[in-house]
Amino acid sequence: MKPTDISNPGYLHKVVDCQWACPAHTPVPEYIRQIAAGDFSAAYMLNWQSNVFPGILGRVCDRPCEPACRRGRVDAEPVAICRLKRVAADFKDDIRDRLPKPPAKKNGKRIACIGGGPASLTVARDLAVQGYQVTVFDSGSSPGGMMRSQIPKFRLPDSVIDEECGYVEELGVELRRNHWIGSLREVLAGDWDAVFVGTGAPRGRDANLPGRNQAAAHVHIGIDWLANVAFGHVTAIGKRVIVLGGGNTAMDCCRSARRLGGEDVRVVVRSGFEEMKASPWEKEDALHEGIPIHNYLVQKAFTHANGRLTGVLFEKVRAEYDDQGRRSLVPTGEPDVHMECDDVLIAIGQENAFPWIERDIGVEFDRSGMPVLDTQTLQSTLPRVFFGGDAALGPKNIITAVAQGHEAAISIDLFCRGLPLTQRPAPTMNLVSQKMGIHEWSYDNKVSEEARRKVPVKAIEEALKDIKSEFELGYDFKLACAETARCLNCDVATVFKPKLCIECDACVDICPTECITFTQNGEDEDLRGRLKAPAKNRDQALYLAEGLKTGRVMVKDENVCLHCGMCAERCPTGAWDMQKFELNLAYAGEAVESPRSVCSLSPAGAKASPGAAVREA
Amino acid sequence: MTYLAKPKLLAADAPRNALGYTRRDYEGAISTLCAGCGHDSISASVVQACFDLDIEPHKVAKLSGIGCSSKTPDYFLGNSHGFNSVHGRMPSVLTGAALANRNLLYLGVSGDGDSASIGIGQFAHAMRRGVNMTYIVENNGVYGLTKGQFSATADKGSKSKKGVVNRDNPIDLATLALQLGATYVARSFSGDKEQLVPLIKGALRHGGPAFIDVISPCVTFNNHAGSTKSYDYVREHNAAVNRVDVILPKAQIEASYPPGSLRRVVQHDGSILHLRKVSVDYDPADRIGAMNYLQERQALGEIVTGLLYVDSSGQDMHANLNTVEKALNQLGDAYLCPGSKALEALNATLR
Repeated sequence: MKPTDISNPGYLHKVVDCQWACPAHTPVPEYIRQIAAGDFSAAYMLNWQSNVFPGILGRVCDRPCEPACRRGRVDAEPVAICRLKRVAADFKDDIRDRLPKPPAKKNGKRIACIGGGPASLTVARDLAVQGYQVTVFDSGSSPGGMMRSQIPKFRLPDSVIDEECGYVEELGVELRRNHWIGSLREVLAGDWDAVFVGTGAPRGRDANLPGRNQAAAHVHIGIDWLANVAFGHVTAIGKRVIVLGGGNTAMDCCRSARRLGGEDVRVVVRSGFEEMKASPWEKEDALHEGIPIHNYLVQKAFTHANGRLTGVLFEKVRAEYDDQGRRSLVPTGEPDVHMECDDVLIAIGQENAFPWIERDIGVEFDRSGMPVLDTQTLQSTLPRVFFGGDAALGPKNIITAVAQGHEAAISIDLFCRGLPLTQRPAPTMNLVSQKMGIHEWSYDNKVSEEARRKVPVKAIEEALKDIKSEFELGYDFKLACAETARCLNCDVATVFKPKLCIECDACVDICPTECITFTQNGEDEDLRGRLKAPAKNRDQALYLAEGLKTGRVMVKDENVCLHCGMCAERCPTGAWDMQKFELNLAYAGEAVESPRSVCSLSPAGAKASPGAAVREA
Repeated sequence: MTYLAKPKLLAADAPRNALGYTRRDYEGAISTLCAGCGHDSISASVVQACFDLDIEPHKVAKLSGIGCSSKTPDYFLGNSHGFNSVHGRMPSVLTGAALANRNLLYLGVSGDGDSASIGIGQFAHAMRRGVNMTYIVENNGVYGLTKGQFSATADKGSKSKKGVVNRDNPIDLATLALQLGATYVARSFSGDKEQLVPLIKGALRHGGPAFIDVISPCVTFNNHAGSTKSYDYVREHNAAVNRVDVILPKAQIEASYPPGSLRRVVQHDGSILHLRKVSVDYDPADRIGAMNYLQERQALGEIVTGLLYVDSSGQDMHANLNTVEKALNQLGDAYLCPGSKALEALNATLR
């Protein structure tokens, strides 16, 4: 195996699992330390820079960071990263004076963003601070897109959306409310330098089964129904409600129904409980509110009498897996199950819809009706039209929309400057020793062994009374502090200097998770098998350094390193040091010195960037 | 050293032995020795050996004297019996403990000061009596706790950190052990766990007086140019005679060796030592030959390591003294104190 080049920002970035997994690459450990230090405003701003909506995401993010969290590999549960983000938003001071000021002199370029959701607002923010004149068109009376229309208020109050969309607007972004765009051709005629389409995935999938039309009055499309609830058009539902579907929309539907008069609310899903698309914590919240989830039932027909829905008929199935592990649902042959109900909410998926984009203006669509895009630059086949968020590559989540917004903003900026879109500004990194004394580090290297703190919630009776009353209360300061201590500081990297090493084995002996080995070099696969503790997690890198006197190599399995710094404390020669890795992502407007050649948007953005500039302290 | 206790967090798939313990379960308190001390590697090797041998921690007694080395039993086998005795007196305390209860595994840990200076008499007699124990000397050639004066094992001509040359002759504990009747004698290096761990395992399963001299560099006072016990010097002058694999009685032997390169030694308890030849044709069954070889090589400035001598037919102290099988604390009052009539009868046989 070749020695590891830790001056490549891609390597140490991947070690910070949460930051790597976050589509917007939020520097999680750094903001958690700021929260621990009581500097909530700084923690908020660090988030704001990366993800634009810390208060919103701190409540409703899909949190890809948490399943990735290293703590989850050595402890029962990961750090409550998402809810700590909310702490920063809840406890911050007025941060308005920390926000960038819109440049007094504009650069003369005009950008149109269609749709007022997270992707569009991210593009608007990134470009407005660079002097672009950005106009956002939204059909609603307030911006926020699906964050406002689909997420129930008991999870995300309007005040938070107003605040954070407001910060974008205050940068000089023009917001055209209640402005329905019916034709892209008309927009393009408006002399915009670039147009960004961030219109989401606005169409809920229907279940066209027998009885659908006869029972139509009491069968609702989930996301439409949620929007009607959000805007106060719907204020009640029948006592017995069946929610079809197993995703997060289904969870929002059933919990909303519980608050609007539903007493017997149940979720019915085709798949098993584990395979459901909903996040585990959202399923947990539904169960907590007394909503049963029925699995392995496939809807067959809506039953009705006298033109009124009476219930849903389900076929019982079981999961069978073929050699490749592909699942198929096979009828068990048992009698069908009939469940009576007054209302049905269908939450079985969302689709994109672009009826307002003419097919003859140069924006091509593929067979499934999705725009043909360069997945890296998000540019459509009409060069000045860009896509982002759910509208670009299909429905995902808010944080992915934000990340795509950043990429699209970079593309639009390059496009407006007449530069090639594939040569993107590169991230840089900084590496600073944290050593303060023999056993002192400027981060808290004592590893907490305490369990994840539960977020306090309202009593159920109280919570179910009012659909607008926020269910989660958020951490208080004490709970937040205890939870911050669980962070392993994965961004404080173990940096090894072979020239200083005397091969005394002190680091090998002290490492609590046995991740360091001195051995003969070999191929990756071979090395993994002969380490002190075999490195079975192939998603995690081996850090290899050569140049030792005995000709052996130092191999460190990054998988379960606790970043406790014990190797560095035990090292008699300072061959090990703990150095804080800081990734400076490139945003729109940055100079392209050494271009970033590879960038994938999923799962986690910037991969290794060979030419990246390194500033080592 | 570090002030923090090692976090207990562990990967879910961390290796476990037959008893279900992880290596971490064989550790003790956090070491307070200097960072980079060879002794910490020896502690880690003891942990590894006990883990590999599926040893039940409560069946081990670890005893030591005074010195940096004698502090180390606090840093491994935190759930075993321990006794930190007077300077140089570990062997007699251990002998007494062994007489009182022969069912424990005895591990004596000492240093060059504790065994070769103040305790050399005790060392000699424990070896002579054939106490069933593993005697590990963590040998760094200096008195580390008192700031690095030469100890009795420091080589003549070697230099102290300040540049003072040692004029006295060194004591070679391995040669003494051979001469005094130890039936398992080895030498190793704290910086070579691949060699050291199997040697400790073999000693723990030996069933007689087993002695291991482990060169263990003192990073603070004896790891400079001119020292003969520094990491660099030992690595450059290490002359291993063999490599040992310890095969437990029930284990399947999977490795294959080229003919003529392997020597098998079956120990009392059925465990098998596989001695792999390294370079010379060394006979670890020849005690006199071993002593000669050690002297010869020492004169050339080499440090001979490996399993120097093993005799699995030897008798230990219990066999020599025909002691009772049961531990004294299991015998009961009536048996231990049979009464005045029995005493009179005994006395009568001596008149």
